Amino acid sequence: MQAQTEYGYNSKIEGDVVLTTVDAALAWFRKNSVWPMPMGLACCAIELMAVGASRFDISRFGSEVMRFSPRQADCMIVAGTVTYKSAGFLKRIYDQMPEPKWVIAMGACASTGGMYRSYAVLQGVDKIVPVDVYIGGCPPRPEAVLDALIKIQNKIGQQPILRGTVAAKLLHLEEK
Amino acid sequence: MSALESANKIQAKFGALIAGPTEFRGEISLKLSDPEQIFEVCNFAKRQLGFDYLVDISSVDNYGEDPRWTLVYHLRGVASGEELRLKTDVSEEKSELPSVLPVWRTANWHEREIYDMMGIRFSGHPDLRRILMWEGYPYHPLRKDFPLAGKPSDLPGVAFTQVTPMEGGPFVTIPSTGDAIGREPRVRTPENAEPGISDQRLVDGKLK
Repeated sequence: MQAQTEYGYNSKIEGDVVLTTVDAALAWFRKNSVWPMPMGLACCAIELMAVGASRFDISRFGSEVMRFSPRQADCMIVAGTVTYKSAGFLKRIYDQMPEPKWVIAMGACASTGGMYRSYAVLQGVDKIVPVDVYIGGCPPRPEAVLDALIKIQNKIGQQPILRGTVAAKLLHLEEK
Repeated sequence: MSALESANKIQAKFGALIAGPTEFRGEISLKLSDPEQIFEVCNFAKRQLGFDYLVDISSVDNYGEDPRWTLVYHLRGVASGEELRLKTDVSEEKSELPSVLPVWRTANWHEREIYDMMGIRFSGHPDLRRILMWEGYPYHPLRKDFPLAGKPSDLPGVAFTQVTPMEGGPFVTIPSTGDAIGREPRVRTPENAEPGISDQRLVDGKLK
């Protein structure tokens, strides 16, 4: 049997080669391991549990690591009715999350106050924290939460990480 | 012993202070004319008549009338199954009556809720703080003269409130065969008010 001679690159041994930029690679790492902070305030939190459970399985999208400590989370999912009383600690928890961070307003109440047009309820969590994705529904189906997560992932994938930063200059990633 | 017999015993004990008993659909109510005596009446009902369970205390705002407040105590004897309702009126100037916390410990949170929502104080209550709203909130939101949309307030570092846009509310489900948007509109204008609710049409933001 004649020995085969390898010329150049063998993808069967070395694996596929993907050409990309450092920024895009970092964004790809980042968007596929979004760690949610489950801010469960009302019945939407029950649907959020279903999203994390086996039937809908949020770990298919890399977000199964729900952290109840804001220091270890980068995506706050506001699930439920935000009262004025809870608005204060919601803002404090958001402020404790390290940058970069994103917010999903899950359901009608978190998005607009929902059916609670009353003295006690904040009319949309976007009055105190910046919201990236709103989910309609009362409560939303778990698929809608997964859809919102995919939208967040697309957004994260397009955000520059190193471009224009000091680190990029030090690594000579950018032309002067 | 029935609830009516218990009510008669209370009436025999306190005499002219107690009006009633009145019966409505099998439920017995007593009216106490002097709210300062509420502790003595409740204490008697528990120690002597076996009403060992305070189901609830509710407060009514008879806005525009005098006396403004009505306090309603729902009593129950667990062993006998008797239920008794005890009412007393409190004037707006006073807005205070004795706490029944030494009789039933569960009165603690009931009275705190009434204080929070209506602003009626309970003398002798050891811990009369707000229970639902935060300390420092300046209003009592279940009073009839408090708007559903709320009033602006700000307590830095604690909480703030804003006026809620009512958009033609308050919103109640309109009985109709229409779709969900028609039954439960998010914004109510003269255009989307259904013919079936002409008796509840909005005039200047109020249901008439």
